[in-house]
Amino acid sequence: MNMTIAWITARGLFGRRRFLLLLPMPIILIGITAVGLAANAPADELAEAVLYGLGVATILPLVSLIVGTGVLGSEIDDGTVVHILAKPIPRGRIILAKLAVAASVSAVATAVPMFVAAVMIDGVRLGLAFAAASVAGALAYSALFLALSVLTRRPVLVGLLYVVIWEGLLSNLVAGTRTVSVQHYVVRFATDLSGSAWFETTVSMAVAAVMTVVVTIAGTWLAARRLRSFSVAGETS
Amino acid sequence: MTDLELRGVSRWYGNVVAVNDVTMTLGPGVTGLLGPNGAGKTTLLHMMAGFLAPSRGAVTIDGAPTWRNPAIYRKLGLVNEREAVYGFLTGKEFVRASAKLHGLPDADAATRRAIALVEMADAQDRRMDTYSKGMRQRMRVAAALVHDPAVLLLDEPFNGMDPRQRMHMMELLHGLGAQGRTVLFSSHILEEVEQVSGTVQVIVAGRLAASGDYRTIRRLMTHRPHVFAIRSSDDRRLAVALMASPSVAGVTLGKDGLTVHAGDYGTFTRALPRIALDQGVRVRQLIPSDESLESVFSYLVSA
Repeated sequence: MNMTIAWITARGLFGRRRFLLLLPMPIILIGITAVGLAANAPADELAEAVLYGLGVATILPLVSLIVGTGVLGSEIDDGTVVHILAKPIPRGRIILAKLAVAASVSAVATAVPMFVAAVMIDGVRLGLAFAAASVAGALAYSALFLALSVLTRRPVLVGLLYVVIWEGLLSNLVAGTRTVSVQHYVVRFATDLSGSAWFETTVSMAVAAVMTVVVTIAGTWLAARRLRSFSVAGETS
Repeated sequence: MTDLELRGVSRWYGNVVAVNDVTMTLGPGVTGLLGPNGAGKTTLLHMMAGFLAPSRGAVTIDGAPTWRNPAIYRKLGLVNEREAVYGFLTGKEFVRASAKLHGLPDADAATRRAIALVEMADAQDRRMDTYSKGMRQRMRVAAALVHDPAVLLLDEPFNGMDPRQRMHMMELLHGLGAQGRTVLFSSHILEEVEQVSGTVQVIVAGRLAASGDYRTIRRLMTHRPHVFAIRSSDDRRLAVALMASPSVAGVTLGKDGLTVHAGDYGTFTRALPRIALDQGVRVRQLIPSDESLESVFSYLVSA
């Protein structure tokens, strides 16, 4: 962890226009919850649609994608990453600083509105469960999207394909693919922590916990490894 | 005393060879890396700076490889051609971040010293996205110098600078070389290299075409045959007179004037006005027709 890199990363992230995309998402989540409650929608249906459908399946991965690819992918795109790389700093520490910023920002940006919405629907226990599950999810997603930033030149596209095709489509059709779906880990955490029977996933708590750790560590390790052999494109390439 | 050494370095992208078997040793002082655009200068610099793996051969600084070796940046400063900076930082924050990333014990003092060296103290508290291209370039040099590196690599450092900034940067590089640092800068402009460095490495089409003292290479370049296109009030009369001059190797008389092959640039350009005056011929147009750098370089390669 390197504080200077974390500081530059955070300054860069908040200074980019793309970051403004994050603002409406929490408002939408809380707003729709309020509308649902006002219309006397049943709590279980509202939780399923808003907390799961909108929060866990949409806002959490999207926020993590925007932030996770923003902390390193944007710097690679515009070439400023060279300023950090031309320093005698182990590449693993650069990645850890980037991950810390990305995961913290995504965790705060999702856990807070999820907490508020869940409290509005059912109470503090559901709120805390979703907040904690979102933090774990934000960490795993951030590591994944950070790795994509160094592994591919189109991290946002590849990340979107993962979220939409793999998690959104396949994991609802083919149960086996849920084992590698961050979305289902988050649902399992939220379910077990809240004791609620409203949500369904076939992924067990043990698998969800182990896989969250595996995805986080593997993503971080891959990103650091790839950054070690980072090449600047030459004039003829 | 730090040496940057390249041994049999090649780099290819698929079937395209960007750098072909280059061997050179750079010692203290300023060296110019000269070559036309697309010759492989940037590729070579990236390999020197550890941002590209040689396909073959080795790049070392005092024996340590530059590729996949972040520790090398304690000795190395890099100013690359892409002028991307963190526009949201002030110049001072940018240089200070560099100092901190190098783990310098007194980052503030190092920042002040580096900014003073490039004479940017007046603008140091402005955001970098308000800087002109030349100002950004100087701040980038300050950031690259903040840890007092023994080796400094600059890719096209004079691009986009006005004459005064250019002069200042040349003096700066000169001074750094005189202090015993190994300074290498790339350029595709002869005159830049002439004013800054005594030693040049000329690279053409990925190969090291010439290396050594600037004056020797310059002489080779000016004493090559030149081709001029001339239009005058009486082309035929001028052609006859020119053929009599020892500085002219051949004249072709065409519809659009004369094409003159001169043996030597200096002698011919001095002789032409005198000959025209003697013959009472008015020269309307004189265009050197092969003055492109590519032709200069290709002559050099074949010499």
